[in-house]
Amino acid sequence: MQKMIKKYFALFALPTLIAFTVAFVVPFVLGIYLSFTEFTTVTDARWVGLDNYVKAFKDPDFLKALWFTAKFTVVSVVSINVLAFLLALLLTKKVLGTNVFRTIFFMPNLIGGIVLGYIWQLIINGILYQFDVTLTSDPKYGFWGLVVLMNWQLIGYMMIIYIAGIQNVPKEQLEAAKIDGATNGTILRKIILPLVMPSITICLFLTISNSFKLFDQNLALTAGAPSKQTTMLALDIFNTFYSKAGFEGVGQAKAVMFFIMVALIVVIQLGITRRREIEN
Amino acid sequence: MKKFNRVLSLLLVASLVFIAACGNNDKNGGSTSSGGAESIYFLNFKPEIATVYEQIAKDYEAETGVKVKVVTAAAGTYETRLKSEMAKSEAPTIFQINGPIGYNAWKDYTLDLKDTKLYSYLSDPSLAVTDGDGVYGIPYVVEGYGIIYNNAIMENYFALPNKATGVSSMEEVNNFDTLKAVVEDMQANADALGIKGVFASTSLSAGEQWRWQTHLANIPLFYEFNDIGGYDSTVLAGLEADEIKFTYGNNFKNIFDLYINNSTVKPTLLGSKSVADSMAEFALGQAAMVQNGNWAWNQIAEVGGNVVNQEDIKFLPIYTGVAGEETQGLAIGTENYLAINSKASEAKQQASVAFLEWLFSSDKGKAYVTNDLGFIAPFNTFTDEEKPADPLAAEVMEWMNKDTTAVAWTFAAFPSEDFKNDFGDALLEYAQGSKTWEEVSAVVVESWKNEKAK
Repeated sequence: MQKMIKKYFALFALPTLIAFTVAFVVPFVLGIYLSFTEFTTVTDARWVGLDNYVKAFKDPDFLKALWFTAKFTVVSVVSINVLAFLLALLLTKKVLGTNVFRTIFFMPNLIGGIVLGYIWQLIINGILYQFDVTLTSDPKYGFWGLVVLMNWQLIGYMMIIYIAGIQNVPKEQLEAAKIDGATNGTILRKIILPLVMPSITICLFLTISNSFKLFDQNLALTAGAPSKQTTMLALDIFNTFYSKAGFEGVGQAKAVMFFIMVALIVVIQLGITRRREIEN
Repeated sequence: MKKFNRVLSLLLVASLVFIAACGNNDKNGGSTSSGGAESIYFLNFKPEIATVYEQIAKDYEAETGVKVKVVTAAAGTYETRLKSEMAKSEAPTIFQINGPIGYNAWKDYTLDLKDTKLYSYLSDPSLAVTDGDGVYGIPYVVEGYGIIYNNAIMENYFALPNKATGVSSMEEVNNFDTLKAVVEDMQANADALGIKGVFASTSLSAGEQWRWQTHLANIPLFYEFNDIGGYDSTVLAGLEADEIKFTYGNNFKNIFDLYINNSTVKPTLLGSKSVADSMAEFALGQAAMVQNGNWAWNQIAEVGGNVVNQEDIKFLPIYTGVAGEETQGLAIGTENYLAINSKASEAKQQASVAFLEWLFSSDKGKAYVTNDLGFIAPFNTFTDEEKPADPLAAEVMEWMNKDTTAVAWTFAAFPSEDFKNDFGDALLEYAQGSKTWEEVSAVVVESWKNEKAK
């Protein structure tokens, strides 16, 4: 058997490998190459070295977007995970209709980001109209609008992951703790939390990377208004690439830096949370 | 691990080969992308007439055997689409640039059209986009914009027993002061007139600001560049200007204030309004006036429950309180220029030019242009009878024949999309009360300078 797998390894891996190369490796390498060039369409490029990176760093919009994105990520990662975990705890108790609630909470995750953005734009504007303002009146409306939207979309998904983790906690340990006289708080802190660490790793990874890379929702909800004050990194890159003639390379350079940043942050996060996981 | 490394290096080599292949494509892209000229590719800018173009393509193929592939970019995404289509091996052979600034972005791709018949058809050759001796963009439609008003509502106002102004017909409204007096009195009598507000909402949501940061901004900058002597046109003066003073900024403020303060909605709510909202308000009779161009006719006519009669739709120039504006006309010009892809094969280039010449000079093509596309075409191949019949286009032509000076489309000289967006963003904040007019002025002047310096 081992021998068979070895013999046909290449054959079986080939389709995936080709797909991976065409859809990921090639665009990725091409993208890095293009970040050092000046181009109008991706097929004719002129080498300009680090020029694009210098321009990207000099762009105040980029730094502003970075700061806005960082703030957003912190707030939404904390709120999503706390709320999702609480919901998961609630829905692993023996309450009537848990399955129905699980399905309902999970559903927003099935709607696309652009649609969600417009739906929430209507809802939030509908409320703000009563006070004669709109989402664009103040950047803080846009910020909290995005946080609410992101929570609404991701809580259900994270909740499912946490539920799976909580259900894996051995009943014997919980019972033993109860018999030893542990309070609910102690059980949560000393038994459940350490044992769902793998779920926390995954949830943190998903929420951090998704919040950082947020694009559709940002575009649909505020599109950066007012005056680019609610533009996140991905949207800023898109705007640089498409709405400034001659800045395609700079957009590309920003995208490469964006990738490095996201990769660094999640690698560090994975390292930290992995270490705290314990064998069941 | 060793195996993994081997796979990885293989992948990298593969992608390098791919890059090299892409590079090669560029050098001989012309010859690989085409054998003959049996098909050409037109990337259309105007979604509202996409179906007409498809019909034209079918007819043209039946007549000449040349297949015309028509692809239409969704509204507001033309540049995005063009960039990705141009990178393909079957790139568009006919595409559109928006004037000198667009030409700058695409000059590696535009063919010199100096010797084509198409260029010789132009009734005014100076309209074309030129660079040195070369001709790179041919305008194919002349458009006009101003304040569209619903004459039925105006007549109602003039008949009001308690109106506070002495104005009794639209002919008397020929400067900003009169317009302001009429508008403010109408707003005070909105209930009696059965309207929500005089002006349809000033759409300021993202992507819907072009009526202000491009079209309305054109008026003060036209006057500013007009004051600089020694240029053939305000566009040329604008292209040379590294800085602007926004001398007529207060005139912009005049009309903008009038728009947002006498409207169907409160100024603070404008950040959520789109152009479609605004046109719908006009079509439903909730507003008496709206600033837009003759292309908006379809949008008005297609609104369900439209109560505006075709013969009641009229144009008024945008008066801003500039001295001597009594003789000012509509803003008339074009930002639609056709260009031919210089990287396509010779045969395809010829076929593309032939298609355009057929469209703008054969009887069949011309019938499509006037009746279905509704273009006021700037070509001498069109006789006086061959003009579009929709009411707004007819109004534009009437204004062109009046004894007034048209405001040239000077926004072709605006330095970049970013300039317009900065302007629009500042206007939104002004309407919401978070920026003063002085700050808006400063943004406009600064942004022009910065964008020019890039």
